[in-house]
Amino acid sequence: MSTGVGFVPEHGISAAAGDARSASGPASIRITVAYGFWIFLLSDIIMFSTLFATYAVLKDATAGGPVGKDLFDLKTVGVETLCLLFSSYTCGIGLLSAEHGRLRAFYLCFALTFLLGAAFLGLEISEFARMVSEGAGPSRSAFLSGFFSLVGLHGLHVTAGLVWLTFMVAQTAAQGLRDYVRRRLHCFSLFWHALDIIWVALFTLVYLMGVQ
Amino acid sequence: MFGKLTWSAIPVDQPVPLAAGLFVALVMLGTVLLVTLKGWWPYLWREWLTSVDHKRIGIMYVLLALLMLLRGFIDALMMRTQQVMAIGAAQGYLPPEHYDQIFSAHGTIMIFFMAMTFMIGLMNFVVPLQLGVRDVAFPVLNAISFWLTASGALLVNLSLLIGNFSRATWLAFPPLSELQFSPDVGVDYYLWALQISGIGTLLAGINMVTTILKLRAPGMSYMRMPVFCWTALCSSMLIVAAFPVLTATFGMLLLDRYAGMHFFTNQDGGNAMLYFNLIWIWGHPEVYILILPAFGVFSEVIATFSSKMLFGYRSMVLATLAICVLSFMVWLHHFFTMGAGADVNAFFGIMSMVIAIPTGVKVFNWLFTLFRGRVRFEVPLLWSLGFIVTFVIGGLTGVLLAVPPADFVLHNSVFLVAHFHNVIIGGVVFGAMAGYNYWFPKAFGFCLERRWGIASFWCWLLGFYLAFMPLYLLGLLGMTRRLQHIPDPRWKLLLEVAEVGALLILCGIGSTVVQLIVSIRSRKERRDRTGDPWDARTLEWSTPSPPPEYNFAVLPRVRGIDAFWDLKQQGPAPGGETAHYEPIEIPANSPNGFVTAFFAVVTGFALIWHIGWLAWLGLLCALIVLFAFGWIPRHGRPISARELEHAEHARRVGSPA
Amino acid sequence: MSTMNEAGSNSAPSGPDRAPGYGVYAAGLGFALLLTAASFIVAKTHLLWPPGLPVGLAVLAIAQMGVHLVFFLQIGTGPDNTNNVIALAFGVLIVTLIVSGSLWIMAHLHTNMTPASALLNMTH
Repeated sequence: MSTGVGFVPEHGISAAAGDARSASGPASIRITVAYGFWIFLLSDIIMFSTLFATYAVLKDATAGGPVGKDLFDLKTVGVETLCLLFSSYTCGIGLLSAEHGRLRAFYLCFALTFLLGAAFLGLEISEFARMVSEGAGPSRSAFLSGFFSLVGLHGLHVTAGLVWLTFMVAQTAAQGLRDYVRRRLHCFSLFWHALDIIWVALFTLVYLMGVQ
Repeated sequence: MFGKLTWSAIPVDQPVPLAAGLFVALVMLGTVLLVTLKGWWPYLWREWLTSVDHKRIGIMYVLLALLMLLRGFIDALMMRTQQVMAIGAAQGYLPPEHYDQIFSAHGTIMIFFMAMTFMIGLMNFVVPLQLGVRDVAFPVLNAISFWLTASGALLVNLSLLIGNFSRATWLAFPPLSELQFSPDVGVDYYLWALQISGIGTLLAGINMVTTILKLRAPGMSYMRMPVFCWTALCSSMLIVAAFPVLTATFGMLLLDRYAGMHFFTNQDGGNAMLYFNLIWIWGHPEVYILILPAFGVFSEVIATFSSKMLFGYRSMVLATLAICVLSFMVWLHHFFTMGAGADVNAFFGIMSMVIAIPTGVKVFNWLFTLFRGRVRFEVPLLWSLGFIVTFVIGGLTGVLLAVPPADFVLHNSVFLVAHFHNVIIGGVVFGAMAGYNYWFPKAFGFCLERRWGIASFWCWLLGFYLAFMPLYLLGLLGMTRRLQHIPDPRWKLLLEVAEVGALLILCGIGSTVVQLIVSIRSRKERRDRTGDPWDARTLEWSTPSPPPEYNFAVLPRVRGIDAFWDLKQQGPAPGGETAHYEPIEIPANSPNGFVTAFFAVVTGFALIWHIGWLAWLGLLCALIVLFAFGWIPRHGRPISARELEHAEHARRVGSPA
Repeated sequence: MSTMNEAGSNSAPSGPDRAPGYGVYAAGLGFALLLTAASFIVAKTHLLWPPGLPVGLAVLAIAQMGVHLVFFLQIGTGPDNTNNVIALAFGVLIVTLIVSGSLWIMAHLHTNMTPASALLNMTH
């Protein structure tokens, strides 16, 4: 999380620093950090795509066990989707509030983001628990291994996001909206939005296509 | 309490690993003892272990690579010797369960901890200097990357003394690598070591991409960057794209082994062929990750020692970008024989041949650079000339193998082994040695001794041909790879020639070691006072040797390609004069990397041996470290304008006119 | 990649600059809700010709991801965004190669290399 980029001037050598056309010197820390985090997010998406490919290949390898149609409950998935989508919205509004220095709005929005994300996780964990209790755990078949690892990895990312969110709120409260805090809030929001993007692919390919 | 770990993990009844493990342990303990007795800990901690300076980190990467070269090469020598001793009725000296660990360790160490480490080290040291900036984009992350890589290397070497290493080849193919057929800790050592170092590598890739795209000296547009920076960029882009696939694939194998899942098992729907597909999606870009920086080294070296600008800059850049994209479209050629059928094989076979074209463009550009240049046969150029010949041969055999019907005969024979050693040694190792000799004076302030460098080159070159040309013939004669025992006595002579070649390479490595010792001993006479011992062309040579921590007191203004050559010919660009200094701030040291790595080793070891409480504890500590370092606001270290002026003046006064 | 001006200033833009920021997120939410609802409806009913369902769902998913990228992540077309767009394009290329390549290869392997026991049990 700490970038240590202390020697690049905060505001860049020129206003256009960092874009593809201009060669006016090193970009500002803000742009550099945001870009580096964007590259990290793309690498994370590639990791998910490996699991997506695996799921797509293994989704029919049910080894005589339960198939997606038997297991997936679209109502729950719908609620989960709404939770995550609205949490993306509240996260965005929260970030804007922080950028405008409106701290109370920021805390409120991020608290909502946390609650919505936690609701998503709670529903997902109960779904997993139900499936395991029905004998449809990840070691039952290759299909279920693929399902649990793909959806589970996304859930792990959401969990990490919630931990990060808590840390950021605490740091903002304790140290104020300093430059590095703002940069990290920006990175967090990129992360949170990316998780919703992955969820779109997930619920479409796994759940919506899985119940056909 | 200690999971699977018991005293029987120490191989007291197996002389070979025991001796090896004790040797490594003694070397490490001896080093620690020496450092303690001499009181070097404060210096080491302050200047190296907590350094976030890309130059220091680059040097540590290369040092790790050289150490792992020794370890990996000993494995190679042991295998060669076993094969030459175990022909027909003879049994050799290595039982199969050891031989299998040795070829697995050889590949793992050479690829992940020698070749990757060397290339990342060179990129780390050189790229910020060539770009005319002060450090990489994320210096603390850079340190973390290095220490995570070192953690992985440590874990692999720990397996010598505690437990055993994987016997499932350098890629751990299932079903052999599944719990059913590899129940011991070997595959777990392999998987956790590579997961940990894989994170380090991915972070390094992200760092380098961001640095090259966002941090360059004023005036350095993309088409004015040195070619080494272009190849570093493309290699780093490939790291960012490919390593997540490796992490996910190893993650799935770990889930199979630890959580009873069925991704690649024989039962309950698992598909081992899926592993082959995924691992080679990583594996092919990996070899391009290795070779592209080497290509970059050769571009720099050949231009410098031909005293000429590199021929065809634009086509070099385009060829590099083409190789980058194409490298993700050929991976099936590693398993033509697995049965995907003619359509699939034909597509990937054609793509594998197509990717040879941009490489050919590069070779012609190097040749045209040499043509009519004032060629100086310094050691780095010798390695480059050796590369051109050797790599082209290896590339040609690669195109041969890209023909699926041919590959059906040659797949997994030693013809294949000869091919990839041909390109990796001829390309990556020769590039590493060229880069090592070329940039050594910049890193340490004195040049390497020349005659031992020449000796090393010739030993390596002749040794390589003697060691691997016989393998091409043996492959065509039907010898498969990974043989612990040789069934056909007619292969004896060729194997003996290969053994001589391996011994010659040993002389080459020995020469490099001697070269280093001799150079250090006579360093005062070999001091580089100008910062530009080779009359070179790119910006790193405009700094003193070694460069100050901040690299450039004033960031240079760049007017064209070969910015330093331009500087030498025409003087500095407006705004680039060093008359006006401004205060700068450089990042402070951080123990973040070292401490994170410590807990990574603890957690990895605990996971390998199924020591649950220790794994959780290690993970928790790592997270606490992450949060603690994130919480504390980081302060840079300011350097005043006066300090800069003082240092630059001292440098100029000290150098000859 | 945000509503900040590129000089990196962290001060809040004043006046009319503020409203578009909040509005952009609201618009994104609105579009995303519509597209999500469409996905669920299409999946549960027979509005689309069944064989065309996977394609329809994929199109809706890509549209939703596009809405997220444009409205939430603010990947735009301005000159300072070029690096971001190129990186995204590279990422999309790699993802496409991995997913489609794997599916193509594994499908062929499945046809050619089905174990004998499974051949007897094959239902498709």
